[in-house]
Amino acid sequence: MKKLINAPENIVLESISGLALAFSDLIKVHTDPNYIVRADAPVKNKVALVSGGGSGHEPMHGGFVGRGMLDAACPGAVFTSPTPDQMFEATKAVNGGKGVLHIVKNYTGDVMNFEMAADLAKAEGIDVEAVVIDDDVAVKDSLWTAGRRGVGTTVLAEKICGAAAEAGQSLKDIAALCHKVNGNGRSMGMALTSCTVPHVGKPTFDLPEDEMEIGIGIHGEPGRTRMKLKSADEITELLLAPIVEDLPFKAGHEVLLFVNGMGGTPLIELFVVYRKAHEILTKAGIKVTRSLVGSYITSLEMAGASISVLKLDDEMTKLWDAPVLTPGLRWGV
Amino acid sequence: MSKITSDQIVAWIERYAAHIAEQKDYLTQLDAAIGDADHGANMHRGFQAVLAKKADLQNSDIGALLKVVAMTLISTVGGASGALYGTFFLQASTMAGSKTELSPSEFGSILEKGLAGIVLRGKAAIGDKTMVDALQPAIKTYKRSVESGEALEQALSKAVSAAEEGLKSTVPLVARKGRASYLGERSAGHPDPGATSTVLLFRSAAESLA
Repeated sequence: MKKLINAPENIVLESISGLALAFSDLIKVHTDPNYIVRADAPVKNKVALVSGGGSGHEPMHGGFVGRGMLDAACPGAVFTSPTPDQMFEATKAVNGGKGVLHIVKNYTGDVMNFEMAADLAKAEGIDVEAVVIDDDVAVKDSLWTAGRRGVGTTVLAEKICGAAAEAGQSLKDIAALCHKVNGNGRSMGMALTSCTVPHVGKPTFDLPEDEMEIGIGIHGEPGRTRMKLKSADEITELLLAPIVEDLPFKAGHEVLLFVNGMGGTPLIELFVVYRKAHEILTKAGIKVTRSLVGSYITSLEMAGASISVLKLDDEMTKLWDAPVLTPGLRWGV
Repeated sequence: MSKITSDQIVAWIERYAAHIAEQKDYLTQLDAAIGDADHGANMHRGFQAVLAKKADLQNSDIGALLKVVAMTLISTVGGASGALYGTFFLQASTMAGSKTELSPSEFGSILEKGLAGIVLRGKAAIGDKTMVDALQPAIKTYKRSVESGEALEQALSKAVSAAEEGLKSTVPLVARKGRASYLGERSAGHPDPGATSTVLLFRSAAESLA
């Protein structure tokens, strides 16, 4: 294992300490329990947004705390859900009196721990709603699985709902909006290499030099198929076809196209993928009206990419364009 | 009839912490096969934190000490196992209340209450390839044995066997809950890590309560 770490057990604390120092104008970091809040929290008379999950997906979620996006983020151990005490304390710290929305990625541990935190917060009289994001088309959604995983659409939901909260919308309306974003977004990812969890010390899975995993999860969970490496254009087709088919996205739809890096893939390659994805959608009569390209929901140093497509309407487009000022995303300010 | 004292409950927790410490790499290895390779490390972190609170565990009633165990696990383990084991001990603590000793039958009732909490939180049933596959038969067997008048030692030993049988039954199953369910058919052929740590819970009980 070759990593810029001091000791595996200190990586999360040392990383969020660095984040706090680098962005002291935007965020504050609380330790024991660990959570990150925007510098001006709690914002009075605004619905607060809290998210969280295992660490190792940076900049998600800590990098999305700030004006126009999240009010708080709870980082767990690497690839392990945070704990209810973190979420409960974060919820209390950002509650501005109009309620708190928990945005939860659909993983068993995350869902259970956020449920427990919501119970604790409700017992203290805080109005809490939770929306679970489950947009990964690589997983069969059936009664016999934990359901689809929450991946790229999470970033888009946090941005769009954050803007709605900033605009003064109610908790009920923002929760409904978050469900709408989740319902309109679909994603799929692929890996060129595995990643190494610091406290494990060896790669999560073996992937031979000439093979790739299609449908990979952001913790290195296996995908749909493993196959010989193909060209960027062929890979883009393999990822995009199940996404388009699933919603389904149709001619005339306006969409946001999000090409995400898994952590170890350079931007130069992500734009190659974006170019092909844009071409495929355009040929199908689907109009790409907004875009996001970069590594926003990562899997440590894994090389690979994911594609998310979100069907937009006027409200979502307007909220996407609204100002945002966070360590990881910023425009319009 | 023998009683289980609060000191013995503390010994049970300590014994379990020791088993987890010994088996931590094995549990993580099982989890690597069908989950996310953190079960051993997470449980070990949680139970080491519990051991650090030994002063709070001693000299308190059983409800209070199990609550310390529960809250510590909930705030240190993370993942599904933190929520589930935390819920198990939290529900057990509410059932034990201010008692300082438990009859074998009362011990069965706190286990049952803990199981009910896990089922409510995790929504798993027998056959889903989860800890419930070991926990439920172990408790059922324990209760039946106590009810038929068998000694605590025998009831606990039968519970261990039932948990082991339950664990064995998870091997061919296809997971329907948790991260293992993403694997579909590929999850068959591996024992469930949560059911494995559940066996250790009963083994610890048999070694420290009777």
